[in-house]
Amino acid sequence: MQLNNRKQGSTSMRKIKKIAPALAAASCSLLSVASSDALARGEAGSWDFDVATLFYSETDDRVMAAEPVFSATKTFEDGEVLNLKAVFDTLTGASPNGATPSVTPQTFTKPSGNGTYSIDGGDAPIDDTFQDTRVALSASWLAPINRDWEYNAAFYGSKEYDYLSIGTSGGVKRYLNNKNTALNFGLSFSFDNIEPEGDIAKPLVEMAHLGTSDSFDATRDGSSDSKTIIDALFGVTQVINRNTIMQFNYSLSLSDGYLTDPFKILSVIDETAGANFGGNLLDGNGNNIYLHEARPDSRVKHSLFWQTKYALSNGDVIDGSYRFMLDDWGINSHTFDFRYRWQLGSSYLEPHLRYYMQSEADFYKRYITESEYNSGSPTLTEATADYRLGDLDGMTVGLKYGHKLDNDTEFNMRVEYYLQSSTGDDGFGLLKDQDLYPDTKALIFQVGYSF
Amino acid sequence: MKSLSMKLLRTATVMTLGSMVLSACSNLGVKPWERDVLARAEMQLIHDPVEAGLDDHIYFSKEASSGGRGFGGGGCGCN
Repeated sequence: MQLNNRKQGSTSMRKIKKIAPALAAASCSLLSVASSDALARGEAGSWDFDVATLFYSETDDRVMAAEPVFSATKTFEDGEVLNLKAVFDTLTGASPNGATPSVTPQTFTKPSGNGTYSIDGGDAPIDDTFQDTRVALSASWLAPINRDWEYNAAFYGSKEYDYLSIGTSGGVKRYLNNKNTALNFGLSFSFDNIEPEGDIAKPLVEMAHLGTSDSFDATRDGSSDSKTIIDALFGVTQVINRNTIMQFNYSLSLSDGYLTDPFKILSVIDETAGANFGGNLLDGNGNNIYLHEARPDSRVKHSLFWQTKYALSNGDVIDGSYRFMLDDWGINSHTFDFRYRWQLGSSYLEPHLRYYMQSEADFYKRYITESEYNSGSPTLTEATADYRLGDLDGMTVGLKYGHKLDNDTEFNMRVEYYLQSSTGDDGFGLLKDQDLYPDTKALIFQVGYSF
Repeated sequence: MKSLSMKLLRTATVMTLGSMVLSACSNLGVKPWERDVLARAEMQLIHDPVEAGLDDHIYFSKEASSGGRGFGGGGCGCN
């Protein structure tokens, strides 16, 4: 027996001797994977990075923007997730100032009061002094409380040359029905402060013409102003079946404070029968009269949002969403968004279609008439010609391409075309010959890398 | 008195509707071992947060609506 045992023992030893190098090699390879390739995306202990740059360019020498983003996400052992994000934004170009085009050339005082700019007859009045650089930093934290509850908190700050915004938000999530249902509740508070060069313009006062007896300072009202925004969000996320997930949100947003755009003006239009009927009303010095815009100092918005994602058996994914927004400025909007992710092995193509339609604000006016101007004592208390508060439709068509280099690394790029069309009051007299609602066309290009 | 009864009626309606929705939800869903498809990265409601953030910024600065999916917030002198 002993001999046998000794024999068996020596056989076992030989086997172990053979297995040992293999085990050592396997351990080494495991260790090398662990040390060089770190952890999979989203796995406990991992740091995941997403970098992207967006280029946005409008036609007709209007706004151009370059926007790099750096995002880092750390997942901890107990399921906590920390995200740190930095966004840099450089804007140049020109933006519509709100005035109507005219048969004659127009001269406008820069919002800073430092000089003027001129627009040829028939051309859309755009302010080409528009440029800014923005830096935005944010941090968010998400953590489970127990099996059924989770909380999140976030801080945000952004700074431009003349604009500061800081904000914080927090929320809780409650899982129900075996985690097939999740109820979300969140609150957000933001504080924004604007300090434009040339100070804040007084509401509905005449734009000062430089080089005349007009006083620029008399049209100003303090060097800065601010607003607060409180948002509340209640949402339900529901797993429908193995391939379908759905989300439904209601959100309420309360804005309070300075909601006017200090760079926007309105044209005052001559209503007197004659050669200038429908042209710019002139002041005593023969200059066109423009008024600085004025918006209400509060806004209440309600939004309903629905999203569904559905995975097809071939690996493709359909993503559709709809948002309805309603506010006390008289605006309501509908947003439809559709994406189809077409899986092609380790790559994918994702066509994107977005359609947006919005009604105009109660106080939106493409221009102010001579009678509303009322010889300098306007009959209106609020008015804006900002086309973004007018009746408009927006259409985005795009295509994204992504390629997975391995399980945790992806390169992607997208190209999109965005078209905005506005409609509204076509005016009278000379205004009838002008294009009061030019389209806005933009090209969007983004390249991104995740690792 | 009338406004109080209206408030109570409204509260009861909301609670009843909420309960109905939640009980309807309890009949939906999957077992824990059936989450393979939903666990895929591209099945997350916001699959690419960086892209979603950039899009929010574009449309916030060009349209009168913002938020819905998340907070509308402030944060930019572009609107």
